[in-house]
Amino acid sequence: MESVYLLVPVSVVLVFGIAVAFWWSVRSGQFDDLEGPGFKVLMDDDERPVSSVAEEGDDKESKS
Amino acid sequence: MSGTQTTYNDKVVRQFAVMTVIWGIVGMLVGVIIAAQLVWPELNIGPWLHFGRLRPLHTNAVIFAFGGCALFATSYWVVQRTCHTRLWGGPLIPFTFWGWQLIIVLAAVTLPLGITSGKEYAELEWPIDILITLVWVSYAVVFFGTIAVRKVSHIYVANWFFGAFIIAVALLHLGNSAALPVSFTKSYSAYAGVQDAMIQWWYGHNAVGFFLTAGFLGMMYYFVPKQAGRPVYSYRLSVVHFWALIFTYMWAGPHHLHYTALPDWTQSVGMLFSLILLAPSWGGMINGIMTLSGAWHKLRDDPILKFLITSLSFYGMSTFEGPMMSIKTVNALSHYTDWTVGHVHSGALGWVAMVSIGSIYYLLPRLFGKKEMYSTALVTTHFWIATIGTVLYIASMWIAGVMQGLMWRAVNADGTLAYSFVESVKGSYPFWAIRWLGGVLFLLGMLIMAYNMFKTIAGGKTEDVPVIEPAGHHA
Repeated sequence: MESVYLLVPVSVVLVFGIAVAFWWSVRSGQFDDLEGPGFKVLMDDDERPVSSVAEEGDDKESKS
Repeated sequence: MSGTQTTYNDKVVRQFAVMTVIWGIVGMLVGVIIAAQLVWPELNIGPWLHFGRLRPLHTNAVIFAFGGCALFATSYWVVQRTCHTRLWGGPLIPFTFWGWQLIIVLAAVTLPLGITSGKEYAELEWPIDILITLVWVSYAVVFFGTIAVRKVSHIYVANWFFGAFIIAVALLHLGNSAALPVSFTKSYSAYAGVQDAMIQWWYGHNAVGFFLTAGFLGMMYYFVPKQAGRPVYSYRLSVVHFWALIFTYMWAGPHHLHYTALPDWTQSVGMLFSLILLAPSWGGMINGIMTLSGAWHKLRDDPILKFLITSLSFYGMSTFEGPMMSIKTVNALSHYTDWTVGHVHSGALGWVAMVSIGSIYYLLPRLFGKKEMYSTALVTTHFWIATIGTVLYIASMWIAGVMQGLMWRAVNADGTLAYSFVESVKGSYPFWAIRWLGGVLFLLGMLIMAYNMFKTIAGGKTEDVPVIEPAGHHA
């Protein structure tokens, strides 16, 4: 099973890479706010074609 | 730099969005042709248009041309909007577009000519593989370069999914395509025998996991909230979804090689990780669908939302079916039958194509200065035709697959096989005809989309949109 000698180290290195990315993202405060970013993506951005945006104001608080 | 009127680079998004529809039609047309060849074998014309050569053309066209263009278009749009900055990378940006189109054209020429490395979903020969590497590295530079110059500190979850997809596909491509060229058009894999099979399905399964899942989840996490006008159900869950998915996906590949020469323990590890994958997959599916919580009525008259939410339902279905099929006893029945083909298309038509179609419908009016698509009624028509086509396809393949599996394993009292192989072929004909019809309907939907797209583009203005300042600067 020589392929395992390649795939297991690759996967382990990858998992360490992912762990480093995870560590960095936690330490740098990426996940300090886990509510706001969901709303920001709606506020920030392209309101240019105002197609279906108009009627959304009234049902935001209705029932969720 | 803030305050100056930099604009978004929407030109490249426009190019990729339009080509998504074009390549979708081409790839699905080839799919319809090979489905017809199974029902009417006379349609295998010459060596060039034979099933064996057209089938890889179909898979390459729908996955890498249609799906790839959709991923390029949406990731370029999303990364600019959520990072509040113009796409970074100068000439590399048009290079990713023209390079990718060249690769697709080369695939369409070489595969019917029989120039292939014979590795499923990685058939293209080594000169094209090198070109793919160049384009993909440029894509990574553009995407991560844009992330690096972002104007907000938080990186939106969709970008994490897109980023993981870009890195993983680069790694998979380099690992699996390692080959020794013997001529300009022929090479042999660097691995041999069962080693090659294991590397191939490490690639094959993770191509599904990262190209066809992580990338499209990035799409989902942006376009579902945007189209629904509400934040994703749980942003916290979306972050957990991301990390859980990428930590576990890499190990599931051996489930493609149950009951082969692969060592038994490797098969069992593959099965175990496939079962674990159900948890993050369903977490993501529920998160996406529940985004509509409290606004279900929007589903009634918004066909784009119908596409997006239906795609999530199919994502949930196929990510339940997949782990189930990876269980060795189930696999003993399903392997090598049309059930597998049905499972793949549940994901491909139901999930990947529908989430792409929904996202492209969202983008097209915004890219061409229109308020909405030329005809919303046609989008609704497209939705129903595509859904019926998908259901016909999947249901017929389920029945055909289980029937084939049962016929192949049936034995008489004296231990001889109850059916010859060709009897199972004969029994499959009606279901192959239904599958072909399902494919025709799905293709018809794409043609309607193309008509709607060109009508939307006609007379549209392609103006440069200024980059929007982040609302309430996030520290």
